[in-house]
Amino acid sequence: MQALVVAAHGSHLNPDASDPTYAHADTVRETGAFDEVREAFWKEEPHFREVIRTVESDEVFVVPLFISEGYFTEQVIPRELRLEQWDPDKWESDGTSASQVTLEATDAGKTIHYCGPVGTHDAMTDVIVQRAETATEKPGVGEGFGLAVVGHGTDRNENSAKAIEYHTERIRERDRFDEVKALFMDEEPEVDDVTEYFESEDVVVVPLFVADGYHTQEDIPEDMALTEDYRLGWDVPAEVDGHRIWYTGAVGTEDLMADVLLERAADAGADIGDARETVRKLVGSATGADGEPSAGTETGMGD
Amino acid sequence: MTVTADDIETLAERAASGIAFDGFRVAETDDGYALETPENEWTGLEDADLERALEACEEYVTNWRYWQETVGGAGTARRAFLRWCERAPLEDDRTGASPGGPVGSGDSNSPAPEEPLAVADRYDALGEGIDRRWGQLAITTRFLDVDDRDYERVYDIWHVDDADADLAALEVHDDPRAAREIATYDPDGRYRPLKTAPTLATGWAFTGLTGDELVETIGFFYPATIANWHRERRGNLDVDHWLETAQRQTGIYDVVDELPREAVAWMAEACCVDSQCLRRREWEYDEGDDIDVDGGDGPFPCREPCSLVIAAARTWAILESEDEHAYRLELTTSELNQLEELIDAVAEGRTDEIREADVTDGANRYRARYLRAKRFDENGALEATKLDD
Repeated sequence: MQALVVAAHGSHLNPDASDPTYAHADTVRETGAFDEVREAFWKEEPHFREVIRTVESDEVFVVPLFISEGYFTEQVIPRELRLEQWDPDKWESDGTSASQVTLEATDAGKTIHYCGPVGTHDAMTDVIVQRAETATEKPGVGEGFGLAVVGHGTDRNENSAKAIEYHTERIRERDRFDEVKALFMDEEPEVDDVTEYFESEDVVVVPLFVADGYHTQEDIPEDMALTEDYRLGWDVPAEVDGHRIWYTGAVGTEDLMADVLLERAADAGADIGDARETVRKLVGSATGADGEPSAGTETGMGD
Repeated sequence: MTVTADDIETLAERAASGIAFDGFRVAETDDGYALETPENEWTGLEDADLERALEACEEYVTNWRYWQETVGGAGTARRAFLRWCERAPLEDDRTGASPGGPVGSGDSNSPAPEEPLAVADRYDALGEGIDRRWGQLAITTRFLDVDDRDYERVYDIWHVDDADADLAALEVHDDPRAAREIATYDPDGRYRPLKTAPTLATGWAFTGLTGDELVETIGFFYPATIANWHRERRGNLDVDHWLETAQRQTGIYDVVDELPREAVAWMAEACCVDSQCLRRREWEYDEGDDIDVDGGDGPFPCREPCSLVIAAARTWAILESEDEHAYRLELTTSELNQLEELIDAVAEGRTDEIREADVTDGANRYRARYLRAKRFDENGALEATKLDD
């Protein structure tokens, strides 16, 4: 038997913070690839501390639903899962290349395949592109469009920016969008000045965040001047300084994220059969066979 | 006819190594098959006799089939929980005691733990439905087809307060995942970050769940409670005491181990009591160093401070680092009493119950507004003078 544990942050204050975690875990459940699928949280229940004991499977694949390698993936999650043999060096990562390490959870005596976060997996690049398609409702979006990948950015964790820049470069290499830039909330270049960084009239802005919340639904829309007050909502696209800004909200809410969870687990040795194809059919994907965009994902509060 | 050809074949195959389950024994001897139930005994059975004998004790055969073939999972918490649900003896019960519910039912009026039921009695009871309580959940175990009394069990769940409600008046679900939404909001529509808060909303039911679905649904209502109940029963619940948990914290929570010992007790009194949480605090300040506050009678064991307590502890650790000062402020005796009433009303979550016009209650809104108008300065603060500046 094999189990998938999706390890996410969650919130004591905001019930929506865990929505993407549940949604993507449910998609994986639908594929039947795992005997057991669990959500686990730092701020909700089951807590990281308790989750391993709730599964019967001997092989447990833990995938952090986080954007970057850093404090949570390197310290908090392994510690709280009681992965006592853990050492960040075991990932042998340069900040974006963590794949997996196999350890034992000492409270439950189970084999844990501790995976790198979803945010740094190569498949995440597809999700960002898919997000652009979903927001613009243009399956072929690219020509005539600029794409901004937005990260939090912080002086405390250099890996935070690395993940953003990594995907930005990968998308740029695809030559699909006229321009691709990495922008940040708390460091240069800043998302506040988004229009200054693009010549394209149309710019898709994809925040590389797991869930919609304060930053993606309040800070960033106001900082980009999409709206004076987030409570009034904003248009998609919104006119700003002669540009049309297609703001997508958190990429983590994109349905295709389930595919990244599966890929992380498969990279760590999980037997997922044809689950990836199932997911891509379920959600419609940027690189999938049918090429149809998924519908009904949120784009903003006011549109 | 509920004993199937498959049952007979499987039982015959396994008889060589012996079957002993819930009072039902099958063995293969030099003299043919031997069969035993608490009521009957057969020996020297040839194949054809075996079939007739098994049909004569079909309840034992179908019971064996349900537990060994359908449920499986020997030694798992899932299996123990499902057996507890129908008052079957728990195989892994260390003490051999009756299958009492989670220790402390959270309801002082609940009857004493009931004795486990033997197969025949259980089959009679499963026709009517066997009721259990798990926190604020009422669980009924019954036969899928009551008339047939076939082996297959199904499970219903609703809020204990809806136990007498007409099913038609409840929102009925059959997908365990629906429990997530129900568990997310309290009856006033507010977010419930603590799943074991005694604030589960009413008005819903899950019917006809399989055993696996029941366990999954409970997992969404009360995460990890089955696993920890099972560990507690087996005597291997691992408890992390306050100091251990606090010292493990890093980042912004690094400060929580600075919370003074007496403040840990105040925190336990504030957060870890029956009125706030269905868990029963098993953790203490440290091994052999108990917190002098009752851990409560909650049904589920609490094996370490939860994330809400850690988050609150961070705030209190910071607040407790402040120095105390003497202040002088002018209040009438009644106003001093009113401050006490206000704090108590908020702490007990009583403010919504205070009637609009009940100005005799110190926590009445108009009384509070009057006190503010009279005693606050233009900055919205109490007019107080620090004496030891």
